[in-house]
Amino acid sequence: MSRTTAEPTPVPTAPAAGIVPPDGDDRGSALHARQAMRRLHRTEHRWAAAFVAAPVIGFLVFTLYPLGYALYASLTRWNGLTAPQFIGLDNYAALLGDEYFRKTLWNTAFYMIGIPIGLVLALLLAIALNRKIPGQTAFRTIYYVPVISSLAAIAIVWQFAYNGDFGLVNQVLSWFGIDGPDWLQNTATVKPAIILMAVWKGLGYSMLLYLAAIQSVPRSLYEAASLDGANGYHRFRWITLPMVRPVTFFLVVTNVIAGSQIFTEINIMTPTGGPEFSSASIVYYIVRKAFKYQQMGYATAMAVVLGLIVLVVTLIQFRLNRRNSFSID
Amino acid sequence: MSRKTPMGTTAQNRVVNTILFVVLALGAVVMIAPLLWMATTALKTKAEVFALPPVWIPDAPQWDTFVRMWTEAPILSGFKNSIIVAGTVTIVGSITSSLAAFALAKMRLPFKNAIFLGLLTGLMIPFPTLMIPQFVMFSKIGWVDTLLPLIVPLLFGNIVMIFFLRQYLSSVPDSMVEAAKIDGASYLQVFRKMIFPLIRPAIAAQFILWFMTIWNDYLAPILYLNTESKQTLQVVIANLNVEYATQRDYPLIMAASFVALLPILVVFLIFQRQIIESVALTGAKG
Repeated sequence: MSRTTAEPTPVPTAPAAGIVPPDGDDRGSALHARQAMRRLHRTEHRWAAAFVAAPVIGFLVFTLYPLGYALYASLTRWNGLTAPQFIGLDNYAALLGDEYFRKTLWNTAFYMIGIPIGLVLALLLAIALNRKIPGQTAFRTIYYVPVISSLAAIAIVWQFAYNGDFGLVNQVLSWFGIDGPDWLQNTATVKPAIILMAVWKGLGYSMLLYLAAIQSVPRSLYEAASLDGANGYHRFRWITLPMVRPVTFFLVVTNVIAGSQIFTEINIMTPTGGPEFSSASIVYYIVRKAFKYQQMGYATAMAVVLGLIVLVVTLIQFRLNRRNSFSID
Repeated sequence: MSRKTPMGTTAQNRVVNTILFVVLALGAVVMIAPLLWMATTALKTKAEVFALPPVWIPDAPQWDTFVRMWTEAPILSGFKNSIIVAGTVTIVGSITSSLAAFALAKMRLPFKNAIFLGLLTGLMIPFPTLMIPQFVMFSKIGWVDTLLPLIVPLLFGNIVMIFFLRQYLSSVPDSMVEAAKIDGASYLQVFRKMIFPLIRPAIAAQFILWFMTIWNDYLAPILYLNTESKQTLQVVIANLNVEYATQRDYPLIMAASFVALLPILVVFLIFQRQIIESVALTGAKG
């Protein structure tokens, strides 16, 4: 192996890194060794710095700078072409009185109803799949397929499936004698329709994480409980449920963060924001304001509010879940 | 994978398992139905699409739809652009990510953990918060309507990947790295000959997950790409959906959508075990 650095090779007798030379008898060589070690460390620092340079530069240029600019731009009137004009907190004041902003905020919150529904279903599925059932692996794969499928393609096929006249959903309902509505054209049904699709798409992911958590529960726990006369419900209530709590927590947080940024489904299935804007989400409204009406300052203010919501949710996660927070050793 | 259920009479177990099997099978039908419907619709004639009672399986499958699609819509260029974006980003980004993870896990560097924590804070900021300043930044240098804004920011590495590789490397004893250094190996050699072979499975899993994410990305591409020949596959099918819905050419829309999710589906079916394992691991970490 050849050394590629310009640093002098340490003399073979120099103690290796990590070995402290014995004190006393020969101060000269100890000093020499320490200097050699420092030189070695300097080289190492240089290489390590070179290796982490890319993500650090990327972070500064594409995250930190845009973030700072977003904070500034949210205080300006700005069309993205000419220089931003400083207007203080006017954008934020305008937000409070903007009924569309309130509506999109409400719509976005409404979509979150899908989170508990999806988690309950996923947990039940995981418990079922944890038993010795034929075709277990095939089931796991099939339930996971929607997760990896392109959201755009999925949104397109569901938009078609929700068609009132010849969509798959109403065709299936007609077997049961139900005359389904035109799902996406109806203020009452457009949000539930999108929730149903989102639950369908995310189910496999939650199921998989629950399954992994259930399978890591020590068998002896269940066995001991059975010996103590616990029935199936008890075992679920007092063993399974507490053991999967960290996963539930993780899924709630990640789903809230992802759900607050829901956009693709809305933009494809209801390109105009739905009947009376009843399906438009925050990000949909931000994109529209910024790229259709060129109100970049105002749109950025909304984006900052969204960023704050996500930040608060993340911080709550860190506070409540010390056990799962990143340990730096 | 599976484990025996807690005690119970086998007969009772069999009944429960049979019921569960039926429920799971019905669920599986629901999970797969929209995708099957996408495929069969692609093979129908326009008349069959709107027929009542519905046609489930077309009489004469119109394989031709999958042929005319390439000429009637920019599917081929969409494919090419998606491969360029996802391929470049994941290949270069995986290299920068693994080098950074190596340095953060196994090398001496002042403020190493502070740097890592700083990078992690980037995960807390949603893309929509940054997209407007980023867009204006790129439009100032004339990159709008090119693939560059979708590629360049991601070449600098992926924090999630760095996080996992760093975790993965923490199980490697420092003494191994030290020994290689004493033997006079350079840091790049240590990485290439020792670290990379060790973390290859982790890199592969992260690589696939990342590739899928980028392939399926929609928001950034629709912001930046206006010209048809520049658009990625997701934008192409989304535009087809708007354009051809007025002509009622649903078979074409479904065929294109199906083709857009096919590559990822194939990759998933080939590597499903690794993908499912690494995803399960991600969740277990919380």
